[in-house]
Amino acid sequence: MQLVLEKRAERSGTIALVSPLIAIGLTIATMVILFAILGKNPLLALHAYFIAPLTDGYSLQEIAVKATPLVMIAIGLSLCYLANAWNIGAEGQFLIGAVAGSWIAVRTQGTDAGAWVLPVMLVLAAAAGALYALIPAICKVKFGASEILTSLMLVYVADLFLDYLVRGPWRDPHGFNFPTTAEFDPVATVPLLIEGGRLHFGSILALLVVAAAAILLGRTIKGFEIRVVGAAPRAARFGGFKADRLIILTFAVSGALAGLAGIIEVAGPVGHLQPGISPGYGFTAIIVAFLGRLNPLGILIAGLFLALTFIGGEQAQITMKIPLDVTKVFQGILLFYVLACDSLILYRFKLVFPNRQVTSGAG
Amino acid sequence: MLDSTPDGLNFGESPLLRTIGLTKRYGDFLANDSIDIDIWPGEIHALLGENGAGKSTLVKAIYGLIQPSAGEIRWQGKRIVLSGPSEARKRGIGMVFQHFSLFDNLTVAENVALGLDGRESFNDMSARLAQVSKTYGLPLDPKREVWQLSVGERQRIEIVRALMQDPKFLILDEPTAVLTPQEADQLFIVLERLRAEGRAILYISHKLEEVKRLCDTATILRGGRKVETCDPRRETAASLARMMVGGEIKEVKAAAGRTTTVPRLVVNDLSLAPGEAHGVRLEHISFELKGGEILGIAGVAGNGQDELFAALSGERLSKDPGTVVIEGIAAGHLSITERRKLGAAFVPEERLGHGTAPRMKLSENALLTGHAASGMVHRGFINTAAALKTVDRATETFDVRKAKRDPEAASLSGGNLQKFIVGREILRNPAVLVVSQPTWGVDAGAAAVIRQALLDLATAGAAVLVTSQDLDELAEIADRIAVIFHGRLSAPLAASEATREKLGLLMGGSSLEPKEAAHAVGA
Repeated sequence: MQLVLEKRAERSGTIALVSPLIAIGLTIATMVILFAILGKNPLLALHAYFIAPLTDGYSLQEIAVKATPLVMIAIGLSLCYLANAWNIGAEGQFLIGAVAGSWIAVRTQGTDAGAWVLPVMLVLAAAAGALYALIPAICKVKFGASEILTSLMLVYVADLFLDYLVRGPWRDPHGFNFPTTAEFDPVATVPLLIEGGRLHFGSILALLVVAAAAILLGRTIKGFEIRVVGAAPRAARFGGFKADRLIILTFAVSGALAGLAGIIEVAGPVGHLQPGISPGYGFTAIIVAFLGRLNPLGILIAGLFLALTFIGGEQAQITMKIPLDVTKVFQGILLFYVLACDSLILYRFKLVFPNRQVTSGAG
Repeated sequence: MLDSTPDGLNFGESPLLRTIGLTKRYGDFLANDSIDIDIWPGEIHALLGENGAGKSTLVKAIYGLIQPSAGEIRWQGKRIVLSGPSEARKRGIGMVFQHFSLFDNLTVAENVALGLDGRESFNDMSARLAQVSKTYGLPLDPKREVWQLSVGERQRIEIVRALMQDPKFLILDEPTAVLTPQEADQLFIVLERLRAEGRAILYISHKLEEVKRLCDTATILRGGRKVETCDPRRETAASLARMMVGGEIKEVKAAAGRTTTVPRLVVNDLSLAPGEAHGVRLEHISFELKGGEILGIAGVAGNGQDELFAALSGERLSKDPGTVVIEGIAAGHLSITERRKLGAAFVPEERLGHGTAPRMKLSENALLTGHAASGMVHRGFINTAAALKTVDRATETFDVRKAKRDPEAASLSGGNLQKFIVGREILRNPAVLVVSQPTWGVDAGAAAVIRQALLDLATAGAAVLVTSQDLDELAEIADRIAVIFHGRLSAPLAASEATREKLGLLMGGSSLEPKEAAHAVGA
């Protein structure tokens, strides 16, 4: 008796939906083992990670706040990945967007600039993110450079650029030498949805992005183009679609969304520009995109789930002294299982009983 | 030994190879269902069947590439379990595949050396290679690199490589599919010689005339089961076809009063450098195709058919707009979408991955080529109902069989998917249809439907260009036949004058004019 992977005639719709859940289950099982090895009570740890954050209003708002950049970035990444363009540098596009938007905020600081400031910041951040993402896209199309490497390397360029700005020209003169800009003026700040709460206008924007992506992919010819270029490049060319143009387009859109998420984070929950504005949103969004099956609605759910792990991770650190890095381990293991479980969409396990052969008598 | 009914009276002797109840199961699918076959020394045994009948599965099991799910294989009377092809070769079983496994950038001798299991020196091997190729009349230059060779020469490498292991039993998978008629004749001489030496040959084919001419025995498979073992020389091509198909095949009929109209596709002195390494350069291709006419392009695979299709479809553009003229409009520089808008339609050779996106639904695959011109898209939004309607119409008109209304393309059988693809294009009422290998790997029933559809389309006034390696197919539907060789296209011959001999000469690169023919052969 042996276990074999057998190709399915058609991709299984049920498994496509269930596979992320299987992956989450396997991840939690692995985490239980990990917690046990760390000498922590696995049940208490799981409670701290997944249950406790859901039980109070503050944490719930915080989950939505954390999910906002994750979902926005992941929607953009999903368009790239569907089109077979591998943008790994959303983190850098996020930072560059934050920097570009902050430029207006810093320049208008203390002036009587009006309500135009925030909209201009958002537009500029999106444009900067898009332009930054176009660098690897154009290198890919023109010179055949691997977009995976170039987009990833540009993350570190953006990171150091931001670092330079807040330690140099943009440093708050009254900030006791901390590497940070001054707090943004109210006109340069994303408005809150609930007075005194944490939930801000950016979350509404993220929901609009999800809806727009759902319509784009499900209903429009452009969305079809994205899917067919990724799924069957030669057939796409036969259909009259140009893969190169699409790489440029999807990179630009995903860069714009990452840049937008960047400025919303800075002008929203953070309130000023400083290093470490992102706990790796651009990378975690890759997991969100795949966990959400590159589907807009799935990404919304996956974004909330991974935001939960961020909040839960903090909670576990506070209450149980579990290192925050365990959250990253969790996210990594999750991506691993998600990709592994995806093979079940096209394949299924089958038990095989070999025929009664007398192999010893052979020959 | 030369008993014409080898199943019979061979007391005391056992067949060289025998399968008993050989079964191969893939999931729920029975690729081979309890097949018994006997192969005797000194016979050429044909294995006949349609695409998907189980021929490849059976020979893969015999050659050790796959393990049968049940049943057994006996070699010289003893039961064997083959661990892999190298064990099969050691026992004396050789195989020549339809798709060659050769390294383009290595020489003939290097390729042969790589394929042999032995430990002799390269020089000894080269000497043996020269000797075998001389003995059997299979000329090869051991120092040439493979990419420079014709398909026929590449096949010779594979055959010589197999013969150098001195096999008692040789399996050939559709060896003539890639050969000109003359090359096929030469191959038959080699095979007859091998038979005279007492070797056994299993000859996979679906060309019935060939089998009748060459083979002593024929085993016919259908749907994974053995239908019959017979003497093909005592059967007619029609009776063999009936056994293969399991019923009568619909005759394809051309309408009587087909008239040609204005030129709808004109190609003027089209030259195009190859897009990839070892590709074929198209050189000075010119032809004119009128409405109501079917032009066939014959030729051995790899002589520029793919490049010509790409140049006509617009997947590759030409700098000079005038090289391709569709419906009177210079289109050489236009994209495939713009050419479709001019009324052109295209059916490529590869069904999965080129003609369709395999893992997308049929409705989405209807959209793939219909998005520009068929009202399936309004202001950027997809009209799913219109795409589904195309699927339904293609299903109805061309008898596409599928499990549900809108399945993924990859879940259809080859024949049904091809009917869908051809149907999808014909339903757009094209002025010009360019089709590559319309019935390649398609069952006989579907092939008849597709050929009839092409004839009907021409009757309705469209210009149809058919590229095919199947000369019988071209003879059946084409009005004129041209031959492509090394990227050059011959002048078209009227179908009535295009004999196999003439086409064969052109396919081999000879000229038809007697004086020049002498030169060409010498060169």
